[in-house]
Amino acid sequence: MKRLTFLFFFVLVLALAVGMPASAQSPNPTPSDDEVNAIARDMYCPVCENTPLDVCPTQACIQWRELIRLKLSEGWTEAQIKQYFVDQYGARVLSAPPAQGFSVLIYIVPPIVLALGVFIVLRAFRSMHKPLESSARETPPATTPDNDYLRRVEEELQKRD
Amino acid sequence: MTETLPVQEAPKRGVPLWAQIVVWTGLVVLLAVVALGLRRAQQGTVQPGEVIPDFSLTLFDGYEFEGKEKVNFSELRGKVVVINFWASWCKPCEQEAADLEAAWRYYQPTGEVVFIGIDYVDTEPEARGYLTKFDITYPNGPDLATRISQFFRIKGVPETYFIDRNGVLQYIQVGPFSNETQIRQQVDKLLNQ
Repeated sequence: MKRLTFLFFFVLVLALAVGMPASAQSPNPTPSDDEVNAIARDMYCPVCENTPLDVCPTQACIQWRELIRLKLSEGWTEAQIKQYFVDQYGARVLSAPPAQGFSVLIYIVPPIVLALGVFIVLRAFRSMHKPLESSARETPPATTPDNDYLRRVEEELQKRD
Repeated sequence: MTETLPVQEAPKRGVPLWAQIVVWTGLVVLLAVVALGLRRAQQGTVQPGEVIPDFSLTLFDGYEFEGKEKVNFSELRGKVVVINFWASWCKPCEQEAADLEAAWRYYQPTGEVVFIGIDYVDTEPEARGYLTKFDITYPNGPDLATRISQFFRIKGVPETYFIDRNGVLQYIQVGPFSNETQIRQQVDKLLNQ
């Protein structure tokens, strides 16, 4: 029994000794470029407008990417990092501005304009088709004044014959 | 014998009036927004003669102005103010950093001139490194959410704004100063006004 207990503790100590170096490592190892760029591609540095942060070669953007790496290594989430950048540099750093304040218009106006455009086009098409349909349906009556006149002329001609 | 046929009025078709009004109003608003944006883009920086409205700058840790961690521009009336926009990634900023600090140390004992450094679109660790490297002691802080730089409509860094005792912008230096004398000339002009 003693042997078994000793063996158990020996295995336990051995397991802890083997496991220690792994757990002693940083819980968040240095994030890779891919992890950094996954966040950076949705952001723009105000200095280099129109160039996404993940591909911008300027010193300012290199520093920004390193800051993202630092925050990731500290265990920050993507949302927290983006919020930090918004607080520091403004909402214009995001490729998709948050739906708040004046930026709400970006999400509201285009769908409304699109819907309005579709409605107007459909209405225009309908109005272009209606006259043809109505003219096809509205066949002239059998006895219009012209027909009546022709009928009478024919009757007169037959009488003369 | 002529017979007149009854003329039937064709029903009015097409885009309804309300839709036309909405479309044209939308177009006018859109054009107005674009025009305002273009005008603002072409405006350049704020111009000399303009009164600088109040803004506040939260200073980096370790910096203070008259015992406070925040500088309110309105509280600087009566003093000549030199506002310098800089960034740690900006190489030309390094050219003038030592000259600005030297000028600040020259005027600081008089109490008549205030230098303020505004760190533009920068990362804090590198910004702190820059301030330490050039031993910059005048109040410095980050331009949070780029509000101050947007107001000044800066076109890049470095840019330096000289504001007189009444809060009126008098001179703008775009790009770095080449020496300390250049800075002092501008400040002395405002002190002698």
